[in-house]
Formats: sequence, structure tokens, C-alpha cells
Amino acid sequence: MGQGLRAIDCDLHPWVPGMQALAPYLDEFWRDQITERGITQLDSQSYPLNAPLTTRADWRGARGEAPHSIEALRAQALDPWGTEIGILNCLYGVQLVLNEDMAVAFTRALNDWVRAEWLDRDPRLRASIVLPLQSVERAVEEIERLADDRRFVQVLTLAMGEQPLGRRQYWPVWEACVKHGLPLAIHAGSAYRNPVTSIGWPSWYLEDYVAQAQGFQSQLASLITEGALTKFPELKVVLLESGVSWLPGFLWRLQKTWKGVRFEVPWVNRPPAEIVRDQVRLSVQPFDVPEDAATVARLLDHLRSDAMLLWASDWPHAQFEGDARIPAGLPPALLPKLMWDNPLATYGRIRATVTEGVSA
Amino acid sequence: MAKHVVAPLGEIPPGGRKLVEASGRRIAVFNLDGEFFALLDRCPHQGGSLCGGIVTGHVESSTPGEYRYSRRGEMIRCPWHAWEFDIRTGKSWFDPRRMKVRSFPAAVAKGAELVEGPFVAETFPVRVEDDYVVVEA
Repeated sequence: MGQGLRAIDCDLHPWVPGMQALAPYLDEFWRDQITERGITQLDSQSYPLNAPLTTRADWRGARGEAPHSIEALRAQALDPWGTEIGILNCLYGVQLVLNEDMAVAFTRALNDWVRAEWLDRDPRLRASIVLPLQSVERAVEEIERLADDRRFVQVLTLAMGEQPLGRRQYWPVWEACVKHGLPLAIHAGSAYRNPVTSIGWPSWYLEDYVAQAQGFQSQLASLITEGALTKFPELKVVLLESGVSWLPGFLWRLQKTWKGVRFEVPWVNRPPAEIVRDQVRLSVQPFDVPEDAATVARLLDHLRSDAMLLWASDWPHAQFEGDARIPAGLPPALLPKLMWDNPLATYGRIRATVTEGVSA
Repeated sequence: MAKHVVAPLGEIPPGGRKLVEASGRRIAVFNLDGEFFALLDRCPHQGGSLCGGIVTGHVESSTPGEYRYSRRGEMIRCPWHAWEFDIRTGKSWFDPRRMKVRSFPAAVAKGAELVEGPFVAETFPVRVEDDYVVVEA
């Protein structure tokens, strides 16, 4: 499915092979610090390196490592699927760093590494600005530092951070996003400031992974009820690796309850599901739905929109075998929207380069 | 629709309410500063008794953190799920076209007019010199 269609891959993950890879992009102090302190890597337990999900077996290197070269990305994802544009969302664990100065230094280096080692090497690539949300002020600075480079097409944060993302303390960041036409991407993952479930720390990776859906739900509820989406109606929120099937049930519950406690949040002045349909988008890997078309059709009907889903391969995470990059059961008529129209509508900066000839 | 004399005026003071029965229906009668309104005492959601809910005002907002509070005492909130209805119209705030409570005309009438009928007598005497709340249902 999907052959011959123009495609924008909204979720690709370049893997940082270790802190030394970022060394050239750190200033002298931090470059020495990572060596002197022995900071070798920041991979988080959101994606344990050897977990089957973290990297598809046939995409691993000779020593079992995740693919980390532009050649691998081309050969495994861009070329075989005819991807015209691919968005890099680097999941290196800079969000875990507690020291604000170190967090900013590492995040800046990470963004510069993405720019130099990936964006500069393939014109099909775009990237997210990874945010050092440990500091609102410095997250805004990072946006301002990179926004002139039109290849950065959104900002990236994790589903579970220090505070719910709708809170007013974060609004300067969302304001900067709107100012520069950058959607806010929220990717599965945790900064491990709080237990990944609201009932406490789980024991297993399985629990961590499925708890991500709760994190996404709580972030959506926060962005809606705090009024962030009302305050910034131009802000697009993109949920990455979030799954999709939880959304209708969550929205039904949220909207039903809102009818009774609307007075608590009077700025939520229209049904929450409408706000979500206008401003929230979701990637479809993983597509957490049974594969039969009737079930998928029911889910899509519950979404009441064909504009919300964005195609992503989630490379190199193991979400599918072979070339089955389009989740089974999706109606063929949806594919041109899923793979091209919806991403274009979501990403103003990509739209400008693809349809208006502005250079990235 | 028949006119029902549901209460002597003094029994429902401003801000007050009374649950009455007329034509076999339970009806909540409200006094908003001397104006009377009558709503079917059945929330269109799941049938909660509106008369048992709290009366409150209407809050709106044009931006997060702003609470524009008005029409104090003119909204009734169902005691079951707190859905809000406008006492003047019966309309819900969140879906005024489709989600509304049935309302009935209510007014104050002089006893002198009522003794001539036609009206449905309640269990209290109607006296010429007093005023009464009348609901058409």
C-alpha cells in the first residue's frame, strides 16, 4: 500500500552513538567535562538499546547497534519508500539532565549535531528543535537561536516531563512556537522526573511503554483545560509514537465531564473534541488498532476527521516488518491525505518549501 | 395548556424556588427578582431533579485566567452531573439548540382575576386580595 504516493515521514529517529559524538558541538568547558566526568551516553530507559522495539533487527549494525548513519537512513527508510521529506526527532536523553546549564549545553550540542551531521547531508531532511524544558527561558532562547534555519520545522518535547505542558509557566515557549510557525511535537518518552504511571513506579518496560498513552492523555487534558490551545489557536500539537486508538474514548470522557465542570475552565469555550480536531495531530506508528478494515473504519469515524493522522515510519523503531509501513486496515482513500496533505497542512515550513518554492 | 395556580406569591421569594406538580408533571418554579420562570424538573441528560440543584451565575472567559461572572442566580446546575441550564430559557450553555429543558410560561396574577377562572385550583384557597404564581402547563 502507498506505492507511488508522495510521502512525508513525520517520525525518524537518528541515534546518537555516544556523548563523544556531540563533543565537537560543545564548548571547551563542557567538552572537557564529559571526558573528565566520564559522561559516556544519555540513552534513557524509554528506549533501552537492546529492547526489540528500539531498533528493528534487520536494521541493526554488525554489533547489534542502532543505525546511526545518514547512509543507513537513506537505505532503510528514505529511498525504499520514496520519502520526499523526512522529519528527524532525536530522542537522545538530554531531557533527563537535572543541571540546567548542562542540559542547555547538551541540548544545543544535540541540535547542532542534527543540523551538521544530518540536515546538511540530505536535502530531504527536516528536524525538530529539541527543547531544554528544564528552563522555560532557555528553551525560548534555543528556539530563537535556531528558528532562522527553516529546516527546523517543529519543536520536540517528551510525553512526560517535569510539569504538565499546559501550565502557564510554559506559555512563553508556545508563544515562540507560534511566532516562528513551529508545531509542538510531543513524543513518547519520559524525563523520569515523575513515575511514568500515576500510581507509582512500575517494574517492567512493558508497563512503561503502555503508560505512555496515559502521559499523552494527561498532556492533552492539560493543554486544553489550562487554556493553552485557546490562548494559542495557531499552535499545532503533534503527538508522536502516541498510538491513536485511545483518543476517541479519552475525548468522549473529557468532553462529557467538561459539560458539568465547564465553569471551572470557562476559557474552554467550545467542546474539547473540536479543539483537538483543529489543533492536534497524531502519527500512525504505532497504530494500536486491530488490522481489520472495519475496526479501523470505526476508529476513524470516531475521530470525525480525516485531517488528524500523519504518516510516520518511526524508523528505526520496530513497528512493522518489511515494507509494511502503512498500517493495515487504513482505507486507501485516506492515504494521500495521511502521507502528504495532512503533514503539509501541519508543517507550515515544509509547505512553504514544497508548494511555494521557498528554500529550506 | 391549562393555567395552574401553583403558589401564593409570598411563598416563592426572590431567589427562591418551588417544586410543583401540574398536569401530571413535576415543574420547578423560580423567582428571579420578581420575574417567574418554570422548568420541567427533569434534566434532559439523565432525568435528575433540577429543583434540587444549586442556583448560580454564568461565568465566561475570553482568555485563560479571566472569569467574567454575570447573571448571578440565573443558572441552575443539575445535582447529578452539574450540567448548567439558563433558568430564563431552559437552554444549556454548551449546546443550547439541542440540549435544553422544557420551559413553561409563568406569571403573577391577581387573585381577583383568578377567581373568575378558568384555572386549576391547588390545595390552597385563592383570595381576591392576594397575588399568585400561575404556570401554564
